[in-house]
Amino acid sequence: MDKNKKMLSINNLSIHYITEEGTVAAVQDMNLEVAEGETLGLVGETGAGKTTTALGIMRLIPEPPGKIVQGEIVFQGKNLLDMTTEQMREIRGNKISMIFQDPMTSLNPVIPVGEQIAEVIILHQNVNAREALERAAEMLEKVGIPPERIKEYPHQFSGGMRQRVVIAIALACNPKLLIADEPTTALDVTIQAQVLKLMNNLKKEFNTSMIMITHDLGVVAEVCDKVAIMYAGNVIEYTDKKSLFTEPRHPYTLGLFGSIPSIEDDEERLNPIKGLMPDPTNIPSGCPFHPRCPKVMEICSEKVPKDTEVSKGHFVKCLLYEE
Amino acid sequence: MQKKLIEVKNLKKYFPTNKGMLHAVDGVNFYINEGETLGLVGESGCGKSTTGRVVLRLLEATAGEIIYDGKDILKVDKRRMRELRRDMQIVFQDPYASLNPRMSVSQIIAEPLTVNKVFKNKNELDARVKELMDTVGLTQRLVNTYPHELDGGRRQRIGIARALALKPRFIVQDEPVSALDVSIQAQILNLMSDLQKEFSLTYLFISHDLSVVKHVSNRIAVMYLGKIVELSEYGTMFKNPIHPYTQALLSAIPVPRLHSTNEKIILEGDVPSPINPPEGCRFYGRCMYRQDICNQKTPELKDIGEKRYVACHFAENLKPAKK
Repeated sequence: MDKNKKMLSINNLSIHYITEEGTVAAVQDMNLEVAEGETLGLVGETGAGKTTTALGIMRLIPEPPGKIVQGEIVFQGKNLLDMTTEQMREIRGNKISMIFQDPMTSLNPVIPVGEQIAEVIILHQNVNAREALERAAEMLEKVGIPPERIKEYPHQFSGGMRQRVVIAIALACNPKLLIADEPTTALDVTIQAQVLKLMNNLKKEFNTSMIMITHDLGVVAEVCDKVAIMYAGNVIEYTDKKSLFTEPRHPYTLGLFGSIPSIEDDEERLNPIKGLMPDPTNIPSGCPFHPRCPKVMEICSEKVPKDTEVSKGHFVKCLLYEE
Repeated sequence: MQKKLIEVKNLKKYFPTNKGMLHAVDGVNFYINEGETLGLVGESGCGKSTTGRVVLRLLEATAGEIIYDGKDILKVDKRRMRELRRDMQIVFQDPYASLNPRMSVSQIIAEPLTVNKVFKNKNELDARVKELMDTVGLTQRLVNTYPHELDGGRRQRIGIARALALKPRFIVQDEPVSALDVSIQAQILNLMSDLQKEFSLTYLFISHDLSVVKHVSNRIAVMYLGKIVELSEYGTMFKNPIHPYTQALLSAIPVPRLHSTNEKIILEGDVPSPINPPEGCRFYGRCMYRQDICNQKTPELKDIGEKRYVACHFAENLKPAKK
């Protein structure tokens, strides 16, 4: 892994959905970087903007109602937002690929899994159908499925196996960047452990960079190198894994930790964050978290917090830390 | 104090399918003391939800006894059962599917009261609905809203209010927080523990999330393929799991902490089919300690001291498991 070699950098990215009820700032002024072989965790609750970020990178935002308002997404030195549809098609599934949450809906139920894996290989590599199927069988073996099952249909596999097929499709062309959108959320814990281990091994083998979208801080602790915590479209804390777990700073991040029942300690009561996620068409003024924040100050409803570097490489969007 | 409110003896629920008999619940024994929470954990398809439904007679048991408050409820007739149902309620997993979209919040909460003709006049009914809304933390202003206008957490509060309407003593909580974001999940878990204290409720808490189960339960039963494999007080189980499946399950949970000490036990394969299961331990195919006997003789849930019950031929050997 070469920490200095930038694979992806997102600069000042804003993505809005323009609807009749108002404009939703799904992603607001985002800055992130992923180095080669590195895994970035993107954490947040429903509606935080995690999936929109992923779709933005893939250029799959439905337009309209979606619109990339500003910013750039630089992948291997080139801005993806300047690419034509054809150029983008070359990249998607080849250099950047994606694993979706639900393996049942992301596979085609009427096509055998082998053909579904072969499809991306035929699209992006100069091979014929027979060679592609051979490669598909190799991929199946890599993800721990007996290659004899290449002609079977998705419904003949269990949930964990289906997700392995999706991973095989995503890795078939040896992508430089893999975006995994809650890849284990639909799976049972013992199967989740299998799949996470598999993803970690394959990532090392291929030296793939990864963006892991999850709501589970446990998964973050296991697979990520650095983490961005999102709230209402904003990255409110961005740091390496170690400082996130040893010195989380943003009140929302602290609230998330307080909400998780601990498996190791006993606690009488949880300390949840009060209130609810804001209405996306009506984000509170100033800091979007201020109505729920236990440390709210007067200024928080007026001033939008900027990224503050609290220690080296540890960024927090909170007025508590602004000079 | 330690009075058994409900006791289940050798409970079985089989479903006939085209391929044979599906053993969803296969000889389950447990009891729950008054005011206590029994956690029932297991992965998808292990029979935990079916157990919850059979206990309430929402599904008819194939065999066994369910002793509620001294009476076998499988022997009572329909009319008597309807009266008993006031005492025994359920909160469902999916707050989107379990509320009628055409009914307003007040209608949903009032329904159990009107069905059972609890109140003669409308004012009393309205007052009770308002009281219930207060109890579960729903503001009065939502009284005429419809479920689609509300978020998951508020919907689950409606489900809880509905379950509480008839002042039950026993509530089956079937994955009540699985569909919710962590910060909302923590709010609902706190609410349920407050309600339990206030109304001295007894819970059967079904979940696949071990950290949630640990947080709420006094004792925990682990299910695998229709059978309870281990039943212990929560502290002892988490410190020192005995059954190989419990060990693997606990080790598979991603812990939100750096350098977590637990060594992962990655199970091979998937849960086998519950249709016509062969004689022998259900966990045989995936167990790391399996011996010949395990394939021939089904282990019974045995008392191994310290209020612990384990269904494994080698429970005594695994007991001082070093951890």
